Amino acid sequence: MIVGNRKPFEEILEMVKPFKKILLLGCRECITVCAAGGEREVGVLASELKMARAKDGQEIEIKEFTLERQCDYEFIDQIKPFIDDYEAVVSMACGAGIQYTAEHYPSKIVLPAINTTFLGVTLEQGVWSERCQGCGECVLHLTGGVCPVARCAKSLFNGPCGGSASGKCEVNKDTDCAWQLIVDRLKTLGQLDRYEDFIPAKDWKPSRDGGPRTRVREDLRLC
Amino acid sequence: MRLNYPTFIKIIKVPCTGRVDILTLLKAFEAGVDGAYVAGCMEGECHFLKGNIRARKRVEYAKTLLAEVGIEPERLEMYNLSAAQGARFAAIANEMAEKIRSLGPSPLKKAKAAFVA
Amino acid sequence: MTQSNIERLLEKGVFVVTSECGPPKGADAEAVRKKGSLLKGVVDAVNVTDNQTSVVRMSSFASCLILKEMGFDPILQMVCRDRNRIALQSDILGAAALGINNILCLSGDHQSFGDHPGGKNVFDIDSMQLINTVRTMRDEGRLIGGEELKGRPNLFIGAAENPFADPFEIRAMRLGKKVKAGCQFLQTQCIYNLEKFGKWMEMVRERGLHEKCAILAGVTPLKSAGMARYMKTSVPGMDVPEELIDRLKGVPKEKQAEEGVKICVEMIQQLKEIPGVRGVHIMAIEWEEKVAEIAEAAGLSPRPEA
Repeated sequence: MIVGNRKPFEEILEMVKPFKKILLLGCRECITVCAAGGEREVGVLASELKMARAKDGQEIEIKEFTLERQCDYEFIDQIKPFIDDYEAVVSMACGAGIQYTAEHYPSKIVLPAINTTFLGVTLEQGVWSERCQGCGECVLHLTGGVCPVARCAKSLFNGPCGGSASGKCEVNKDTDCAWQLIVDRLKTLGQLDRYEDFIPAKDWKPSRDGGPRTRVREDLRLC
Repeated sequence: MRLNYPTFIKIIKVPCTGRVDILTLLKAFEAGVDGAYVAGCMEGECHFLKGNIRARKRVEYAKTLLAEVGIEPERLEMYNLSAAQGARFAAIANEMAEKIRSLGPSPLKKAKAAFVA
Repeated sequence: MTQSNIERLLEKGVFVVTSECGPPKGADAEAVRKKGSLLKGVVDAVNVTDNQTSVVRMSSFASCLILKEMGFDPILQMVCRDRNRIALQSDILGAAALGINNILCLSGDHQSFGDHPGGKNVFDIDSMQLINTVRTMRDEGRLIGGEELKGRPNLFIGAAENPFADPFEIRAMRLGKKVKAGCQFLQTQCIYNLEKFGKWMEMVRERGLHEKCAILAGVTPLKSAGMARYMKTSVPGMDVPEELIDRLKGVPKEKQAEEGVKICVEMIQQLKEIPGVRGVHIMAIEWEEKVAEIAEAAGLSPRPEA
């Protein structure tokens, strides 16, 4: 899932300073699961904003609304009937959802309340961890199912570097060394011989550098 | 025992403090209360195992939210006591009332009064 | 063969001596010359670090040229942290064009340790891929993108390894990968735990890697018991045995530096005896003036004519 953190309250408060009526827009997908921007978090932020503004004698009217998905044309129209009643939208979706809302309502100010951080998993309730950077060309079959791009601080394809100690990364003692995990997993799988294969320089074209990537399935298109 | 505690403390009963949501606490402050506290069972004696422990964590979190907003986090507390501790119940009520008195009205109310006047 | 002094000496079977020079935090060429003068006649080649520990310093490339003017055979250190494959290959060509004969390919310390922790790292390729890049450019006369070169960079290719890092069991295997990629000489992380280094060398010999790649053992003299303690606890991947710290603690504070030098000399003498060790790399961090003394005491001077 896509994981994010709510922006610091001070920052959001500053962003909405000029407005008296805002639409606080949540998303029921990933950002709900990682407890950053779902219906409940929308409620909490709305309550905080109202109290902070009331305290300064600057009352603010907030409509709380949470879409099934902010990243999908099928749902984004739901706010059309009332969006113009508000001066700005504060979106509690991931970066994709925030932009999608802005794209669909070009004359509306859309502000981000979420810092989108990573593609990850739920380790336990309340704990999420990064696993993927969407580099566009998966190498997990070569690396024992552990991603060197997302999980090594230097994204080494032929690691580990000299800073791996007792299974931990030199950058952060709480972080597992990805290459220790890779070696351990290859051993478990009886594939340690794969470690000796040199992995050549990665083609980063399928990754982030070529402008926004687009995927098309012609058979599914309606036009 | 006929112990006294301040009459302005309103009790909201929940089946377990584990039922207390962050939003419940925030909404109370939004509505203008000067303080609130959650009275849960003794730790280790929750009928639902961990309801009171979860409640404490939520109270701690809600306190950080109040601080962000600019409301003194001490206005919100969590206490643990058993149903048999009537005297402790009254003592906590008085302690909390005393604390709120010294803090004065909620900044929200103060602001309202100032801007109305 | 390249024009490299150490390649020539290694070929002749000479036990080589290298040291390093950390460029200054500033544009003062004299600072480089001053450090260089301390190593003149003491070493066969001098490494020039590339923004080590991610602290901005005069570029390795520029500092190499200053040292070359002084008659040194510099080893250009190149890390993958700050430049992508375009910049790296371009600098390789430039360095070779200006007469630099050696390159040491490194991944580079993470930027969070340096003076710009908010900087964005590159790591377009890793050290292993950089070795392969230099080899491809030199031996196949083309860039890794496929384009043919007019004039190949004739560089002696080196790398670094930390025999003390984890997982220990794959450390020699990893060197094997580097050798296969094109690594011809290797400088190790500083050695304090001789026993563990011996085990690593055993694994290296088992794979016959010492015959394909010249292993230069890294040493760093300890200035004090405090420094030894710091290296043990705060420098990633460093293995300093307790008895070494005790030995330093056993002498009065003002004599600890002297003792540290003595330990370093003894270490070099023991390393020389290990089969497959073909040279020593003396890293006297901000203590370059001691390199001559250490080399002399270890019976490594004078050096053969460059």
